Amino acid sequence: MISLTFYSELSETERSDLFKELLKDHYIYPRHHGLKSDAAYRLIHLKNPSCGDDLSVQIHMDGETISDICQEGEGCSICCASASMMAELCTGLSKPEALEKIVEFKKMVSGKDYDEEGLAEANALQGVVKLPPRIKCATLAWIALERLLNDEQLRSLHLETEDGEVFEAGKERGEK
Amino acid sequence: MPSTIQDPMQLVALDGRTLEEHRRDFPVLERRLNGRKYCYLNPTATSLKPSIIAEAMRDYYLYDAVSAAKGADGFSHAVAARFAASRNQIAKFIGASDRHCIIFTRGATSALNMICYGLEQTWVESGDEVVVSDQEHHANYVPWQQLCLRKNLKLCIVKSLPNGSVDMDDLRSLLNAKTKIVALAHQTNVMGARNPIAEIATLVHEKSPAVFVVDGAQGIVHERVNVEAMDIDFYAFSAHKLFGPTGLGVFYGKRELLERIPPIELGGEMIGTVDRYDSSFAELPSKFEAGTMPAAEVLGFKVALDYVENTIGFDIIQEATAAVSSYALDGLLKIPGIEIYNAENVAQSGIISFNVKGVHPHDAASVYDHAGIALRAGHHCAQRCMAWLGQKSTLRASFSFYNTFHDADRLIACSKRAGDFLDILF
Repeated sequence: MISLTFYSELSETERSDLFKELLKDHYIYPRHHGLKSDAAYRLIHLKNPSCGDDLSVQIHMDGETISDICQEGEGCSICCASASMMAELCTGLSKPEALEKIVEFKKMVSGKDYDEEGLAEANALQGVVKLPPRIKCATLAWIALERLLNDEQLRSLHLETEDGEVFEAGKERGEK
Repeated sequence: MPSTIQDPMQLVALDGRTLEEHRRDFPVLERRLNGRKYCYLNPTATSLKPSIIAEAMRDYYLYDAVSAAKGADGFSHAVAARFAASRNQIAKFIGASDRHCIIFTRGATSALNMICYGLEQTWVESGDEVVVSDQEHHANYVPWQQLCLRKNLKLCIVKSLPNGSVDMDDLRSLLNAKTKIVALAHQTNVMGARNPIAEIATLVHEKSPAVFVVDGAQGIVHERVNVEAMDIDFYAFSAHKLFGPTGLGVFYGKRELLERIPPIELGGEMIGTVDRYDSSFAELPSKFEAGTMPAAEVLGFKVALDYVENTIGFDIIQEATAAVSSYALDGLLKIPGIEIYNAENVAQSGIISFNVKGVHPHDAASVYDHAGIALRAGHHCAQRCMAWLGQKSTLRASFSFYNTFHDADRLIACSKRAGDFLDILF
């Protein structure tokens, strides 16, 4: 994972090129890819029946710390790259830290001010804000993690995502 | 432009105006999508509506605004007469001599569900068989699948030919004395395959005691239907794919079947006499039309049928659709990396189902959206068809008589760069 603290030194074009490369890289070489058949991992499988995005996320907690995240799914570039970025960014964080990242990510794709530095490579998905129909693709992995973190009783859940939940970020944007 | 295909915009509609002039009937075509002139390639989902439909519905709300059945006054009576005239016109349009056999519903989905629930109560028993195909829209698959689970019936899937139409030999071998329902699309919504419904009806009635239920949602737009001459038992369709309002569907049923199945929804308007412990029900068609019906939509749909039959012309619509979709197909076939699934059905259906190799359909769809082109990506409410095709999802561009060669050119040009899907994020 590269640090993006040198943002201010990049031109617009350089930034676009970098983000494009990052997206492509996460899409073609997804991080934390493949599920574990270990009962210590808790699983959520989210499916958006209207568009076909289908994603499973597993987490392993070590006390309050997320010691591992696994992800695997079928979907578009935005959905798959986003899952890869989420897994990479949030592994090793505490629960409150990860929840904070999720909030910042949702702000980013909703076009609000957010903590750029904190989202590291996930900044590459900034452009999703210009594609309202795709916001739900970008947020799917983050919603999966949020659900796993907020519901510690959840061992294994298969869910057809309700549009309300997944579109939450998009809605805020639509109302502007 | 290949000289073999005539520019559809130069075709003359029945009212003497060219199709180019008739594009103005659709104000939405003047809008811009992402800064580009709107290019609508999704009539298979819903057709654009000519402005006269909206005007007719507006007039109803502004100047009539009364129930078509509940008022005792002159205005209400006039609306009731126009409501009945719409029903008459629909009956004529599909070749039904008895207008009482035309039932209004919320849409084709609702119509197919009503037929299914009706048949469940009077037509099938445990051990009977139901025939459907992999090509069906969920609305003509899931109701029958669930019926089979509830009533312990056998769900039989008739094989499809490579073009997506029904394999008649396989259908012949499936039909037997236990077959009670055969439910198939007139034309399918992914492959654009046309089923020979007259021939199927003959075969079904010869080889089995089954009723033949036809999902006409797509077919009615592209091929004239005559339910009586074709001996079809039930035929369901929506107004909104035929240039009419949303929220309205229609089904035709043979009188003896409609009389045999009980009413599905109970309440006002469908009633005869209500005694304390039992009730009698209204005659057809009211028996199946409980509650206040969508009058604006019914009146609007009559205007849509007039538009199709008398302003543009059903055959002109087919000719134009075939020309512009064939032109688009020619262009797409020349692009390496574009995989087309239904080339032989394109002209008859206006549908091109395809994928850009190596690009997820939703990634590709964003490129089209960015270019101002509206098309559909996904499973098209036909997951069994996706499994048959061996694809998770596909892209579908479809055409109607208001589409130009320029629209097709834009689709072709955009398809060449659909692989650059990440560019649109930056």
